[in-house]
Amino acid sequence: MTLAVGIAGIGLLGPGLPGWTVSRAMLAGAAPFESAPVAIPAPALLPPTERRRTGPSVRLALAVATEAVQESGIPPEELDTVFASSNGEGQVITGILEALHAADGAISPTQFHNSVHNAAAGYWGIAVGSSRPSVSLGGHDQVFATGLMQAAVQVVAGGAPVLFVAHDVPLPPPLDALRATAAPFAAALVLTPQRAAHGMLRLVHGSGAVEEPPLPAALDAVRATNPVGRALPLLVALASGRSASFRLALLEDSHLVVEATP
Amino acid sequence: MFPLAIRAITATSAMGVGRAATAAALRDRRGGLAPCDLPGMPAGIWIGRVREAEAIEPPAPLADFACRNTRLAELALRQDGFLAAVEAARARYGAARIAVVLGTSTSGIEETERAWVRRGPDGALPAYDFARTHDLHALPRYVRARLGLAGPCVSISTACTSGARAFLDAAAMIAAGLVDAAVVGGADTLCRLTLHGFGSLELLAKGPTRPCAEDRDGISIGEAAAFALLERAGPGDAGGIGLLGAGASSDGHHMSSPHPDGHGAVAAMRGALDSAGLRPEAIGYVNMHGTGTRANDAMEDRAIATLFGAAVPCSSTKGWSGHTLGASGALEAAIAAICVEDGLVPGCLGVERPDPAFASGIAVANRAAPIDLVLSNSFGFGGSNCALVIGRLP
Repeated sequence: MTLAVGIAGIGLLGPGLPGWTVSRAMLAGAAPFESAPVAIPAPALLPPTERRRTGPSVRLALAVATEAVQESGIPPEELDTVFASSNGEGQVITGILEALHAADGAISPTQFHNSVHNAAAGYWGIAVGSSRPSVSLGGHDQVFATGLMQAAVQVVAGGAPVLFVAHDVPLPPPLDALRATAAPFAAALVLTPQRAAHGMLRLVHGSGAVEEPPLPAALDAVRATNPVGRALPLLVALASGRSASFRLALLEDSHLVVEATP
Repeated sequence: MFPLAIRAITATSAMGVGRAATAAALRDRRGGLAPCDLPGMPAGIWIGRVREAEAIEPPAPLADFACRNTRLAELALRQDGFLAAVEAARARYGAARIAVVLGTSTSGIEETERAWVRRGPDGALPAYDFARTHDLHALPRYVRARLGLAGPCVSISTACTSGARAFLDAAAMIAAGLVDAAVVGGADTLCRLTLHGFGSLELLAKGPTRPCAEDRDGISIGEAAAFALLERAGPGDAGGIGLLGAGASSDGHHMSSPHPDGHGAVAAMRGALDSAGLRPEAIGYVNMHGTGTRANDAMEDRAIATLFGAAVPCSSTKGWSGHTLGASGALEAAIAAICVEDGLVPGCLGVERPDPAFASGIAVANRAAPIDLVLSNSFGFGGSNCALVIGRLP
């Protein structure tokens, strides 16, 4: 069974990749790429009181969501959303765990409600005034492929466009020793029922283990810093405007076949 | 996308291990909440603890998944012939054509909390399998491996709607043709993060929670695991239990307070009814989210009254189980199936009279009634709303 969807908008933020539009030539190999620290912007869409409460994971998600939706030209409040993150609000959760195990530790209500995995989705809904359905997924190292599959499922089943956002930030100590994530990375796609400005994606669930597809060395190094970096082969294909076919791991025993056509 | 047949459904919580015990608890009005005796928790609260799960170990090849959440999931999987039902589905469709879509809010974070206490002088955690315990994907990965399945594996974490949302996302997968069947549901277990978190919001009840009571004073947290097997409904399924519709929405209002007028809740319920092709009067019972907080229950009453007036009996069963967070939507889907099969409206437990300000038809005593269709509500932080229609297939 093939899931076929169009791509109407793209958002990106990662090491040396400060946005989809400005990174496109680098991804396509038409401009030199060099990794650089990620600057995560404060979410301008949120009112100041809410903006102050957001941490890097939420801000990262909102930045790429904003870019992808603007590019798609679809009003944000008309889009169902699928958010995917493996570490989620791990920075907030670590702060809570520290406080819970401190002698006089107390946690704040804001800290607690910001610890839910769907915090980014919640702030997005507040930012754009959306009442559309939203789901938030995990997925460990395969979070991008899993989220992409489920977002495409929603587009096909519902016949309406969906905003897909994958985002991960590093975990602080001591959890970083158990789950290493070296840099923030996020990608967003506005997926549509029909072919759109960035062409078409065809996705198939397959059985068997796979290696991640090859990338130029500098981008390969970026991919290794963050689970969402596994979006890079797709982003390179989309930036190049050429047809591409590759496989992304879903679990140890299964994968997603991805075919991109401009 | 609908209807879908529910070929098997099972639930384990403080109310009971398996469906028969859960049904008996409902019938006999015997709740599962007790004073909290877990160490390091807020003082003076009650919890819904499943002691039976604490001695359970996963099968040896999956030993690395051992944690409180896995143990509870394993206990639940062993009830109500669920393993055999999935085995039969695997024989029918093949392992790769069955998805596992499960919700959890905190997964096996309790394992990290245990490790935190044993940190070294340098702050380093002792070794444990983070990916197979704490990580959100641990729950569906465990269940998929335990059931010998090879289809898509999805972990959902939308706070307290997670377990309900799993039914909706799996229904979309079946509708899109990606799979023929799906194991859905959720598991969430007691941990310091959630108990102290709700404590920080001053939302924990002093005794057992009493949803919809005039003097309700908050939530009792519980733990639960509940699973269902969804497949396309065929002509032979008429009269059997199924998922007839599902709807979701976002509040877009506040991270932890529901919109006071319940716009999001109304949209989710309306979405569920529309997807089922039903008018509100077809519903025989509404199983409320009903957490027992002042704000949730008042908002939910307003939302239910908007659609149903006082005509449809409604109640929360969290007085029996406590609020089982990311598992509550799945647990309450199983309770909905019990209410249909047993012809029972369970009145809110421990409530003498409902809040007189409420406009919906709150039930506080059990009553026998033929029920074909139940609407089950779940609402969560982040403004997440989800409603399911569970009942007899046409």
